[in-house]
Amino acid sequence: MKKLSFLSALCGAAMGFGAVASANAATTLEAVKAKGFVQCGVSQGLPGFSNADDSGKWTGLDVDLCRAVAAAVFGDAEKVKYSPLSAKQRFTALSSGEIDILSRNTTWTMTRDTQLGLNFAGVNYYDGQGMMVPTALGVKSATELDGANICTNTGTTTELNITDYFRTNGMSFNLVAFEKADEVVAAYDAGRCDVYTTDRSGLAAQRGKLTQPDSHVVLPEIISKEPLGPVVRQGDDQWFNIVRWSLNAMINAEELGISSSNVNMKKFQSKLAPSVARLIGKEGKFGEELGLSNDWAYNIIMQVGNYGESYEKHVGLNTPLKLARGVNSLWSKGGILYAAPIR
Amino acid sequence: MFGRDRSLTSLLNDTFIRGILFQALIAIGLLLSINWLADNTLSNLANQGKTLGFDFLTRTAGFQISPTLGTWMLDYKVGKSTYTDVYLIGIINTFIVALLGILAATVIGFTVGIMRLSDNLVFRWFSSFYVEVVRNVPLLLQLFFWYFAVLRAMPSKREKLELVEGVAGLNITGLYLPAPIVSDGFIYSFLSLIGAIAITFLVRRYALRRQAETGQILPMFWIGLSIILLLPVLVHYLNGSPLDWSLPEFKDTGPKLRQGYQSGAGMVLVPEMLAVWLALSLYTAAFIAEIVRAGILAVSRGQTEAAYALGVRPNVTLRLVVIPQAMRVIIPPLTSQYLNLTKNSSLAVAIAYPELVSVFAGTALNQVGKEVEMIFMMMMVYLTFSLMTAAFMNWFNSRVKLVER
Ligand SMILES: N[C@@H](CCC(=O)N[C@@H](CS)C(=O)NCC(=O)O)C(=O)O
Repeated sequence: MKKLSFLSALCGAAMGFGAVASANAATTLEAVKAKGFVQCGVSQGLPGFSNADDSGKWTGLDVDLCRAVAAAVFGDAEKVKYSPLSAKQRFTALSSGEIDILSRNTTWTMTRDTQLGLNFAGVNYYDGQGMMVPTALGVKSATELDGANICTNTGTTTELNITDYFRTNGMSFNLVAFEKADEVVAAYDAGRCDVYTTDRSGLAAQRGKLTQPDSHVVLPEIISKEPLGPVVRQGDDQWFNIVRWSLNAMINAEELGISSSNVNMKKFQSKLAPSVARLIGKEGKFGEELGLSNDWAYNIIMQVGNYGESYEKHVGLNTPLKLARGVNSLWSKGGILYAAPIR
Repeated sequence: MFGRDRSLTSLLNDTFIRGILFQALIAIGLLLSINWLADNTLSNLANQGKTLGFDFLTRTAGFQISPTLGTWMLDYKVGKSTYTDVYLIGIINTFIVALLGILAATVIGFTVGIMRLSDNLVFRWFSSFYVEVVRNVPLLLQLFFWYFAVLRAMPSKREKLELVEGVAGLNITGLYLPAPIVSDGFIYSFLSLIGAIAITFLVRRYALRRQAETGQILPMFWIGLSIILLLPVLVHYLNGSPLDWSLPEFKDTGPKLRQGYQSGAGMVLVPEMLAVWLALSLYTAAFIAEIVRAGILAVSRGQTEAAYALGVRPNVTLRLVVIPQAMRVIIPPLTSQYLNLTKNSSLAVAIAYPELVSVFAGTALNQVGKEVEMIFMMMMVYLTFSLMTAAFMNWFNSRVKLVER
């Protein structure tokens, strides 16, 4: 007995030293390759952006970004595992290393970029905060909302924007902030609040969860800028670049007219525009510079599609969300989507 | 050479020396681990460009918090109040629902526990049903159930259910009650209440001594009640009643969003808080009921029989013979139920009650991003609450435990 405890004490001490030695962590890319999948933080169910179906399969615009990264790293878009996170949990999950990417309708703000130890790798949806009210209330504009009870999520930019908006307009209000979006919707549906506020895309996505989706209106005011995009931990530039360029590849592919249906053909085409050849890895060593193979972007386009395809499939006019491209069109088509070139 | 070797072995075989050696090794191992953890944390934080520090506490907070005891006590104002205020609001809101929860759970738990042992079949059946259902359904589910059941049952924001006309009413935005507005002299009314309680204690001591000496029993309950009620009321009115009430105000005219109960008039208990309170009390009460039942059953039947044989009436037997002995068995597990209730109150974040986890580890943490510091501050609060509860219950336990002579 005594002998055993002596040994275990020694072991404990030795382990202490061992751990000190191994504290020098591997890069995110090495760690991801070693475990064989990308761990992606998503929402707890926001149709169109990140939502699991009955069989547990995740789909959506935000999910596609994780799939793109997996396609770039492994050549297989399915090598992703998902962690559903509430708005409140998400940053801690990322900075603690529980997830490799956060792709969950997260607004890029200066505080988040500079104070949370995180970096935003780009924007995959330009949004703004909106407000929804029951039609029966007869409200036409947000300026009539003095005295309203307002339901929203904790740990969001939404909480801050709504406070700012009411303060600037000299109106009073009561905020009821829930951890999960489903409870926000349920409480609003039950009449606890006069107003439901979140990103406009979120309003479109959550509308379907109301008992009578058609008896609510979204007010015309857009009270904030919400550039939503993927987030990674600060301090690993290589991983940051992989995520940023996976997104850029999807946007550039749309701009160059490369989609999942024609990328294969392009691969065997001898005469290619140089920009296309660089994108799909037939020219240059762009993949290797990222620490990946040169067909990284080819795999993304082949397996996930370009940005436009992903948009139309998940949130576009033919989906229940019915979100027009609007500002999220390419810069060449009147929008503000503009990805740096691959060269 | 040989001799030195032998003395080393014998030293190692000396249990005292060996004990010290092992303890030292374990202590070193522990220190190294702590050092490693701290070092790792700091270097990981540095990698992410973060530092440790508490200066965020003086920054102002830019978000609204729903009206609760905490926001009222600290007079929370967006853009003026700091993160320290947010922290305190979280603490107050956690504390109040834990305290109210403990009180209600104790009352319900004792009642149900005693009912389970009653001779009345309906009582027994009802209490068994209650205990089995309530303690076997996860608390979070019960929280949602009560919250949404309560919400759905309430009149809408622009309607009301009056409990006492003009004084107290209810709708989906909360329970509206009169709010006390104290002016300067009120402190005397309050002090006289404390004085009255102290006097009651002295009278009780006298009554007990008298009973021991002469066998006469004073109607202590009525005497105590009248002292505690009359003295403060008398002082209060002689002092010109330095307390006003602000009554809830309901409007059903004007702009639609302005109709309903008006903020600033009266006091509101938001439905989130009522649901948390209800769920925590009912849930913990089921466990307390079982503890009470076990405690009573642990008192041997002979005690009751002896009391009956002496002609003591059943409810007096329960009060003076059974319960005091059962308390010795009940208090230790009861303490851990109180601790559970306090910690379970953190589930309230799910239904928007602004307690510590919601408002500080949720909203504030997401703005400031000081995970290590803020989670540490939060842990300290729960630790303090738990230690305080445990200390109080240990004191109480030492008072009721068997006095061996
Ligand atoms: N973009 C805002 C808000 C994000 C947010 O949490 N929105 C809610 C409502 S649309 C949501 O995604 N809920 C889904 C969930 O609970 O996982 C932010 O980054 O703070």
